[in-house]
Parts: sequence; structure tokens; C-alpha cells
Amino acid sequence: MHELTVTESILEIALRHAREQNARRITGLYLVIGEWSSVVDDSVQFYWDIISEGTIAKGATLHFRRVMAELVCQDCGQEYRPTSENMACPKCGGTNVKLKSGEEFFLEAIDVDE
Amino acid sequence: MTKRIPVVEKILSVNDRLALENQARFDSAGVLALNFMASPGAGKTALIEQTVKGLQGQVRIGMINGDIATSLDADRAQAAGATAIQINTGGDCHLDAVMVQSALAQLDLTALDLVIIENVGNLVCPAEFKLGTHRSVLVASLPEGDDKPYKYPGMYRGVDVVVINKIDLLPYVPFRMDFFKKGIEVLNPGVTQFELSCRTGEGIPAWLAWLEKQVREFKES
Repeated sequence: MHELTVTESILEIALRHAREQNARRITGLYLVIGEWSSVVDDSVQFYWDIISEGTIAKGATLHFRRVMAELVCQDCGQEYRPTSENMACPKCGGTNVKLKSGEEFFLEAIDVDE
Repeated sequence: MTKRIPVVEKILSVNDRLALENQARFDSAGVLALNFMASPGAGKTALIEQTVKGLQGQVRIGMINGDIATSLDADRAQAAGATAIQINTGGDCHLDAVMVQSALAQLDLTALDLVIIENVGNLVCPAEFKLGTHRSVLVASLPEGDDKPYKYPGMYRGVDVVVINKIDLLPYVPFRMDFFKKGIEVLNPGVTQFELSCRTGEGIPAWLAWLEKQVREFKES
């Protein structure tokens, strides 16, 4: 729902890094998005096509890497994916768990032409 | 020639940086700041009204209210005795650090002990945008259903306090408190919880006592 703000942020970060490297053009962006961070790929792509217009990132390909939410039980060590009905450990029933992945939301790398 | 540049930068780092600036302003004024989040209708404004009335004469409260179009909620807080600033987000689904920064320019922090920021009613987006508050408070309510922690894990993970409102409706709605609490326990072990009803006043004294203590300890720190 807030993908415009998010997409503007992505563009700003990419342009800053490209500038630091004196790049002529940005041709690709690699985004990592966790399952629990509420961002919709299609909307980002939609805004990207509009706001990258007129910048050195125009036409760059967005690569999305989705990371599934995964929990680790601190009692028995079981790693598992939570479901919408149960988030406790499916093996021992424990609720002492840590999030291993799923909240990522960052720009990993960009491809540039020098 | 094409080359790959490693970036590894959080997308919302700009917002995070501004949030830290906001927090520094609260810190230097000795004002505790809370971010109230909830779905629409859970009772954020009702809890603010109860809080302002309950702490009258003890804690000077300022309120920043984020709403898509109206100032109804800010008016209610003002009527209860708080200094209220309204931010109309113009359709945005959440407050962000920039909006709070501009609201702070209109608020005299030296005349306050506590600032409550009432976020836009929504369980998704507000969790992603830090504002620079010291504690996040999620107001949940029984009629929403007991599956909300499972559906909105991002929100339930990120908060410091869960207030369960409308407990007077427990006999009338199908709400499994143990199922709800188990979800919270997994996502946010040991999170501070209150069960209360803004309508009947049940449980409100415990909330007020906790909050008053938080404000006092923050001032002394």
C-alpha cells in the first residue's frame, strides 16, 4: 500500500551508489524482500517504470528475491515455516522461538554500465 | 562494461535516519513518545481519551494524530484535555518520520511530559515505518478476531506493548484468548500486555499506573 514511497527510496539509494562509482547507467537492481515485510513486487515494478523515467536507471530490470519466513525453536532446534493456524514448534509444541528469516527488505546490489 | 556493485542497504534507511532525529528531539526534551497502532475501530482514540482524562494533573500530554482526511480524532483528544496536532496523510496508509518531524515543529515539547502519536488505522504499513518513538503500543480488540497475530506477524513482532481492548465483549464474541495469546507469545515473547475495556473502564487503572511510571522513569533517566 505504500509502494510509491518505497520505490522512491529504492531509486534514491541506487542513484547514490551509482553516482559514487561514476556509473553511466543502471541496468539492474537486486532486491531482497522477506515474506513478513509487506511489499508487493508488482506495485514496485509499476511505480518503478514511472519514476525511473528521466534518470540513469530508466529501463533497469528489477530482480526480486523473496525470502520465506522461517522460525527456529530454541528448545529443540527444529526449523520450520509458520502457518496461519499455528506458529508454535510443530515438533515439541514450544513457543520459545526465534525468527531466522522473513523480515528482510534491502537493496543487495546494482548492475551498472561504466 | 557492466559491473555489479554491492549495496546492501535497507530500503527504509532514510526514514530510519529521520526517526532517530525525531527521537533525539524527544530525548533532549525529556518527553516520552509512544506510537499507537491498531486496525480501524480497535479503540486507539478511546484509549487516548481515557489516558488523557486519567492522567490529568499528573502528566502533560501532547498528541499527534494521523488520519487520512478528518480531524475527528484530534478533536476528541483535544476535548479530553490534550494538546493535539492533526496530520492528514492525504490517503497514505501510515505515518512516517517526515510527517512526525513537521508535526513536531508545531508542538512545544518543553510544556509536555508525554507525546502519543496515533497512527493511521492499519495493521500492515505502520509496522514498517519507524517514527522515532520510544515505545510502540498495539491496540487490539476482541471483535477483530483471535487470529490477528497469525495474519499480521510483522505488526505483532515489532511492538513493546499489546493492549487488548473491549474485554467486556468476551461473553458475546467467539474469541479464544489462549489462541490469541499463544500467537503473541511466539512472535513477541514477554511483551507487556494489558486487558481492558475503554467503555466500562475495567483494567484502565493498571494501564494508567504503568504509563505514569514509564513517564516518570524516563524523566529521571
